[in-house]
Amino acid sequence: MKMDIEKVAKLARLELSEQERVTLGSQLEQILNYMDQLNQIDTTGVEPTSHAIPLSNVFKEDEIQPSFPKEEVLALAPDKEDDHFKVPKIIE
Amino acid sequence: MDLYSLTIHQLHDLIAQKEVTSREATEALYQRIREVEGKVNAFLLLTEEEAFHQADQVDRKIAKGEEVGDLAGIPLGLKDILCTKGVRTTCASKILEGYVPFYDGTVIQKLREREAVFLGKLNMDEFAMGSSTENSGFQVTHNPWDLQRIPGGSSGGSAAAVAADECIAALGTDTGGSIRQPAACCGVVGMKPTYGRVSRYGLVAFASSLDQIGPITKDVEDCAILMNAISGYDPYDSTSVMVEVPDYKRSLKRDVQGVRIGIPDEYFIEGMDPEVDRAIQEAMELFRKWGAEIERISLPHTQYAVAIYYIIATAEASSNLARYDGVKYGLRSKGYRDLMEMYTQTRAKGFGEEVKRRIILGTYVLSAGYYEAYYRKASQVRTLMRKDFEGAFEKVDVILAPTAPTPAFRIGEKTDDPLQMYLSDIHTIPVNLAGIPAISLPCGFSRDGLPIGLQLMGKHFDEGMLLRVAYTFEQNTDFHLQKPNLTY
Repeated sequence: MKMDIEKVAKLARLELSEQERVTLGSQLEQILNYMDQLNQIDTTGVEPTSHAIPLSNVFKEDEIQPSFPKEEVLALAPDKEDDHFKVPKIIE
Repeated sequence: MDLYSLTIHQLHDLIAQKEVTSREATEALYQRIREVEGKVNAFLLLTEEEAFHQADQVDRKIAKGEEVGDLAGIPLGLKDILCTKGVRTTCASKILEGYVPFYDGTVIQKLREREAVFLGKLNMDEFAMGSSTENSGFQVTHNPWDLQRIPGGSSGGSAAAVAADECIAALGTDTGGSIRQPAACCGVVGMKPTYGRVSRYGLVAFASSLDQIGPITKDVEDCAILMNAISGYDPYDSTSVMVEVPDYKRSLKRDVQGVRIGIPDEYFIEGMDPEVDRAIQEAMELFRKWGAEIERISLPHTQYAVAIYYIIATAEASSNLARYDGVKYGLRSKGYRDLMEMYTQTRAKGFGEEVKRRIILGTYVLSAGYYEAYYRKASQVRTLMRKDFEGAFEKVDVILAPTAPTPAFRIGEKTDDPLQMYLSDIHTIPVNLAGIPAISLPCGFSRDGLPIGLQLMGKHFDEGMLLRVAYTFEQNTDFHLQKPNLTY
């Protein structure tokens, strides 16, 4: 299977150098070939497992609890203005 | 007597009997770190000021005649994937280089309540992705038994620090073997608890259906002590399970009479090191001698574990690591022209090679047109693998196998061949996929003096049985008492 690495990188929001595209491309192809062995197994009618321990919804009382302090959260932001995270303009 | 070489229970006895203060013990550990850290490189950060503050608090309590618990004043190390309030937490990634959490993870909080002392944060593969700790964004950690070799990974810093007596014990995390494999490589004890036994709140997520926090210790008793401290339901982790936590110290019995131990044929594979094979066979014979029933079993889907794992784990990782976008915390690249470039450049600059490889792979196996063939298929085979274990545990109480196919390999040996690196996890991955608990403990040494690890796997929430069987082995052998020589 041949992966369109540029397309996948874009979906993953990753900029790759030319060198990375070449190296990753051939490594990933080798890894995907290895994974093709799963096709040897007949999984007709087998339920997929997303969690090994059976899970059900967990409900909590709808109680008001304090949030993390705004200043502490914003202190970690690479860029901020007033009480907001600041990002480049999104809408033209 | 060197205080740094003690176990949790030995040091606790001395502290409780007022023969030693926690400050003295903490000072001894930092002294040891100053002596050997230049060779081992296990720590990313030392937090001396806070550690001595914690130690002094315990010492004051004891001076006043108050009783203290078995972790009070004990100097521990923490894998740098666990959020520590006010203390830098990087996941060994440049993208989190300046990240200082404003909250403690649940396990950290539990250890604080028990008044443990935190020496610092330990090195790891970036975002816990790796089997050698060579994928750290900051430094390479060396195996204390042979500095040319890897300490295992991803909790390589934790295992190396415990083996080198740079901390009394440590916490690691295990997504595909990241506690057990480094424990095996470094000749110490490491347990991956049942999925849901220990809260993941405040553990930076890699693959959420597989990640679990667990202890890395010098002996099995210490493992039980830390399991008592960190286990239990947590409302902040909806996947933690409300199952009663037993007192694991009560499991420490020297008795395996009548315990049924399964030996899975599929774990004795081609390419397995003959010395590892021999050590495991010898362990098996010892258990037989001590009255256990040894039974051959089959776990037929074992050969597919690596393929399943590197689809599911990378899929989950690609989603979990989407949060590193340069907006709320962590690195933001400079020089971008628009939002898209801010994302792509920040992530290109912040993530290392292995993390990029896994994000790309995970994005691909989840993308339109490939989801069914990869992610869904892997999740189905995961079901078959889980059923293999269910079937086996109808016949046996524990499963015995090697932790890793070889002792620690050389630094640089597998860095250019990711698939070979992935295949070194073949013996540990099935446990995570099935959500069962497992422990690795020392069971021998190679001719080159490298530790070999014995793995015991158990039923869901049956950590007690693993501790009992491991304790019996340990108390009748002396592998865990061997120490690497670092003072030359």
